[in-house]
Amino acid sequence: MAMLSFEKKYRVPGGTLLGGDLFDFWVGPFYVGFFGVTTIFFTILGTALIIWGAAIGPTWNIWQIDIAPPDISYGLGFAPLAKGGLWQIITICAVGAFGSWALREVEISRKLGIGLHVPFAYAVAIFAYVTLEVIRPLLMGAWGNGFPYGIMAHLDWVSNTGYNYLNFEYNPAHMIAVTLFFTTTFALALHASLVLSAINPVAGEEVKSAEHEDTFFRDFIGYSIGTLGIHRLGLFLALGAGFFSAMCILISGPFWTAGWPSWWSWWLNMPIWSMH
Amino acid sequence: MAEYQNIFTRVQIRGPAHHGVPVPGGPWVREGKPFFAYLLGQIGNAQVGPFYLGSLGLASLLTGFIAFEIIGLNMWASVGWNPILFVRDLPWLALEPPSPAYGLRVIPPLAQGGWWLIAGFFLTTSLILWFLRVYRRATQLGLGTHTAWAFASAIWLYLCLGFFRPILMGAWGEAPPFGIFPHLDWTVAFSLRCGNLYYDPFHMLSIVFLYGSVLLFAMHAATILAVSRFGGDKEVEQTVDRGTASERAALFWRWTMGFNATMESIHRWAWWFAVLTPLTGGIGILLTGTVVDDWFLWAVKHGVAPHYPAIYGAIADPAKGGK
Repeated sequence: MAMLSFEKKYRVPGGTLLGGDLFDFWVGPFYVGFFGVTTIFFTILGTALIIWGAAIGPTWNIWQIDIAPPDISYGLGFAPLAKGGLWQIITICAVGAFGSWALREVEISRKLGIGLHVPFAYAVAIFAYVTLEVIRPLLMGAWGNGFPYGIMAHLDWVSNTGYNYLNFEYNPAHMIAVTLFFTTTFALALHASLVLSAINPVAGEEVKSAEHEDTFFRDFIGYSIGTLGIHRLGLFLALGAGFFSAMCILISGPFWTAGWPSWWSWWLNMPIWSMH
Repeated sequence: MAEYQNIFTRVQIRGPAHHGVPVPGGPWVREGKPFFAYLLGQIGNAQVGPFYLGSLGLASLLTGFIAFEIIGLNMWASVGWNPILFVRDLPWLALEPPSPAYGLRVIPPLAQGGWWLIAGFFLTTSLILWFLRVYRRATQLGLGTHTAWAFASAIWLYLCLGFFRPILMGAWGEAPPFGIFPHLDWTVAFSLRCGNLYYDPFHMLSIVFLYGSVLLFAMHAATILAVSRFGGDKEVEQTVDRGTASERAALFWRWTMGFNATMESIHRWAWWFAVLTPLTGGIGILLTGTVVDDWFLWAVKHGVAPHYPAIYGAIADPAKGGK
């Protein structure tokens, strides 16, 4: 019922990392596995704590709900639940749920006999999250340096943290990250367009093959990276965007405390300029 | 397992260069003798070239070059034609639009924004010619025109920033400058002047589609690489004749999150996410300063942002001459 027409022959036992056959089954379209159970545990607990935090907070307005980390004065210690302790446990649940999800992806990949590219890519996203909520607060010496859980609250945090360094767009790692975000989206548009234009040619034409795709891109820019290469490039660009996002916030505070515009003085102060 | 992760091409098979499917009619032929680059072959096709210039391509490159020269020479002039200062200060140099006092005048004195207007004219011409070139290259090969329309979405955002919004505001001075750091400064100043662009709902949508595009490309590219040993990278063939690569790719996501795209539909998701990024961004820009002066106050009014109690007392608005 929940199965696709070709699905039955793929639903075979095996490929699990933990738990053997115990959790090796599906619920509807979802694969469960040991890590499916831990994902559900962390997700339900974390979501319930967010709802609790909203309940003891001042508003149920979905935009304004704000579960903030502890005050800086708590340092790296535990805070009372209503004063950031909820944020601390929610963060533990989030890391548990994300990690479980990644390992569940590994089990599904093994079961299908395919590569581990997806869980690896997801691990980069987890790394960026852990950098913001765990690594940087640890280096800064207080959980209060993490971002709050709330729609507008986390935007305010991004804005305020950025202006703490005067103009965050001068952060060199931020520049690389933004460039990679734009380039990835650009490359995605080019790739998706090319495939759609081959499958949906002008009226009356037959579906086009990779030969036409290559010809179009060579005519267009003199180079066609090819059907396999574009996915390597896309994955590299996308993971680079996530990685440099983590780097740009990691260096802000632990390794650079002034405004980012003044970081560039090393360029202006290089001895080679005194030639003139 | 580790044998099949498919990160680099380990054995490059080198056949004769492919000259492409025939170009129909017209005076132009493909330029350049194709050659092979080993390093490119490690990740994708090794073959570089040939290239089709065409009259639209030639015109686009020429007008683009004129815009590039106007911008660069104005920057160089701004440091008194000193070549060392030009290189040293290049990231800080700008070709600024006219001051607001000139309104929408065509054309202000060259050194006070006239050059900015001319550079913008040539750059816009170049982009539109490039759009026409992409459109024509696709139709001549019998392909759909999806690439051209995706590019049109990017041109829309560019025109919203530098052309449509300045006209609505009544001054070219509202447009961003040409320059590396200066256009970043413009972005930050613009956001601050409008009460923080984070509160602009169309800016929110644009960011969602930008991050969503990166997420989708990571998911899609990783999936295709993971099933590449079953021929998953042959996406057109897999679309018209589903193979085990498509089936495993679909089941991976179905088992992971209860939903899967198909080999064709993932590219429709991708196309719309990428195209909606500049499309919604442009709308957010057009509304700023024209319909909404201050996005923070807008957000407070509509219950999006909390209302903070006034703790500093009344502040005189300097624009109204103070108290």
